[in-house]
Amino acid sequence: MDNLLWIFISTLLVNNFVLAYFLGLCPFLGVSGQLETSFRLGLATTFVLVITALCAWVLNTYVLIYAPYLRLISFIVVIASTVQFIEMSIKKLSPSLFKSLGIFLPLITTNCAILGLAIFATNRGYGLIEGLTFALGAGAGFTLAMVLMAGIREETEINNVPALIKGTAFNLIIAGILSMAFMGFAGLFSST
Amino acid sequence: MTDKQDNIKTSSITTEEPSSSRLIFSMAVAGFISGIIIIAIYMLTFDTIKENKARELREAVFKVLPEVSFMQKLHFMDNKLGVVKAEGMDDEMIFAGYDKQGKFIGYAIQGKGPGFQDTIHVLFGYLSSNQNITGMEILDSRETPGLGDKIFKDMDFVGEFINLPISKEIKAVKKGKKTQENEIDAITGATISSKAVVRIINIAFNKWSSRLPQQGNEPLLDKN
Amino acid sequence: MATDTSAYEEMIKGLWRDNPVFVQVLGMCPMLAVTNSAINAVVMGLATFFVLVGSSFLVSSFKQWIPKQVRISLYIIIIATFVTVVDYSLLALLPTIHKELGAFIPLIVANCMILGRQEAFASKHNVKYAVMDAVGMSAGFMIALFALGSVREILGVGAFFGIDLFGANFEPWVIMILPPGGFLTLGLLLLFFNWFTERRREFLLKVAESSRVAYVDGDK
Repeated sequence: MDNLLWIFISTLLVNNFVLAYFLGLCPFLGVSGQLETSFRLGLATTFVLVITALCAWVLNTYVLIYAPYLRLISFIVVIASTVQFIEMSIKKLSPSLFKSLGIFLPLITTNCAILGLAIFATNRGYGLIEGLTFALGAGAGFTLAMVLMAGIREETEINNVPALIKGTAFNLIIAGILSMAFMGFAGLFSST
Repeated sequence: MTDKQDNIKTSSITTEEPSSSRLIFSMAVAGFISGIIIIAIYMLTFDTIKENKARELREAVFKVLPEVSFMQKLHFMDNKLGVVKAEGMDDEMIFAGYDKQGKFIGYAIQGKGPGFQDTIHVLFGYLSSNQNITGMEILDSRETPGLGDKIFKDMDFVGEFINLPISKEIKAVKKGKKTQENEIDAITGATISSKAVVRIINIAFNKWSSRLPQQGNEPLLDKN
Repeated sequence: MATDTSAYEEMIKGLWRDNPVFVQVLGMCPMLAVTNSAINAVVMGLATFFVLVGSSFLVSSFKQWIPKQVRISLYIIIIATFVTVVDYSLLALLPTIHKELGAFIPLIVANCMILGRQEAFASKHNVKYAVMDAVGMSAGFMIALFALGSVREILGVGAFFGIDLFGANFEPWVIMILPPGGFLTLGLLLLFFNWFTERRREFLLKVAESSRVAYVDGDK
């Protein structure tokens, strides 16, 4: 239990996927303009991450012990097709859910956070429960970073930012400051 | 899939629709070729990679145990510590080191645990004769470069683990505050990583100390 | 000769005008994660170079046989194959560097720059142009990686390719090799790039203006 909590908190705050591992930067810099959209994208990503952890575990336990060299290619193919399959079924079963989350799904599959999760979970030898916790922590961390970023960007919309720095450079510097702030969470583990 | 196809079709000039068997065929060919390439590179590099890993491990064991010339793997299974020859390494394994004449010297014990960033994998040498740690080596870690990676780059810190008594639990204290024999000066700026190393060693030691055979009953060196 | 100049142009555009990092802001994930030292940046750059040139070559040579409906999946399979090759070769030849780059080598697959080049360029042009474009783009990517890696290593460790630069009295700005340093350095580099491009544009405008004035004057 301690271990699970540690995995969750450390991926949520200290080793935040976006701010410490730079995974999932494309949506982080591209989509984080609006608070509402960012939050929904975060939720959808969390969902895909959980599916990914599940797929990675199944592949690792039943397939890849026989053929470790197929790891990368099978992760990509299996995760992409599973997500596509889920997208189709959500569309069929609940059009309203699809409208709010589903439109992001194809976009997320090509996000490096997804592949990164599968690879990190494998490298660390996580089991099923640990992997799912890891995915939840990573998703929550991603959502948190997205929402914070979107909040700051909405605020700066009305400010007078020099034209030269506006855009990606500005967002990167905000991300740098956020990342610095998140480093402070490392102190959480100093007592243990 | 059909939905996506429709999107693509409307966005590009509609040409004749290839049959699905042709789609499957091209995917299969691509998959087959890529499979052959991947397996070829795997076979080509397999021996070198295996050798690199074995050499790395052997060097680490030789580093943490003084004057060792031979080593063998010991595996803990069914409440017994036995010699294994198999490749690879898992958490239930330690290493025994022997001198030139094949006389037993000490154990190299491994431990894993959370560090500042990610799991730290530690190997340390242990002499059961005087209950001392003889050296420490970090096998794997992703600690912050420049700060946390001092746990293996700062030679003063690594040096503190040479001839360190572990009859009592070892402790990491602030640099310069070391008073007891079983205390270690933590690295300034990398307190968390230093403490993590110490904690991992303590846990691994507690796990293994009861499993090690009585003195004099150490497994003999199997020279084959 | 005309074709040669334009092939050369396809190559050169990736270096500055269409630089994948500074202008298109692609491939950020490996860009920031592995650039805490110059040597890591160079190895990552070379790996990306190999993957991009190889897949562009294959995609453009086989483009007639790639059905439109499954093209993305096929590109990904091709890219993933090259990445696996790079991964195993590095593991065998440079185990110490592989340890540091570790999990980020497989992530080359998810580098949107590579997939983007296949979709936008290699699938529409012949082999020669596609390879030229890939060489240019990955060289541009490498330049950006190298710039970022050097700045971060020089300031964050006080060394360059592991060679100590400032002596013992230099207190390294450790933050530069930590994640925030990656964001900040890239942000500032982009700012510099924007500033430079802007200055250059203004300068060219001025030149054009003055030559026009001179022309008008001469006409009188």
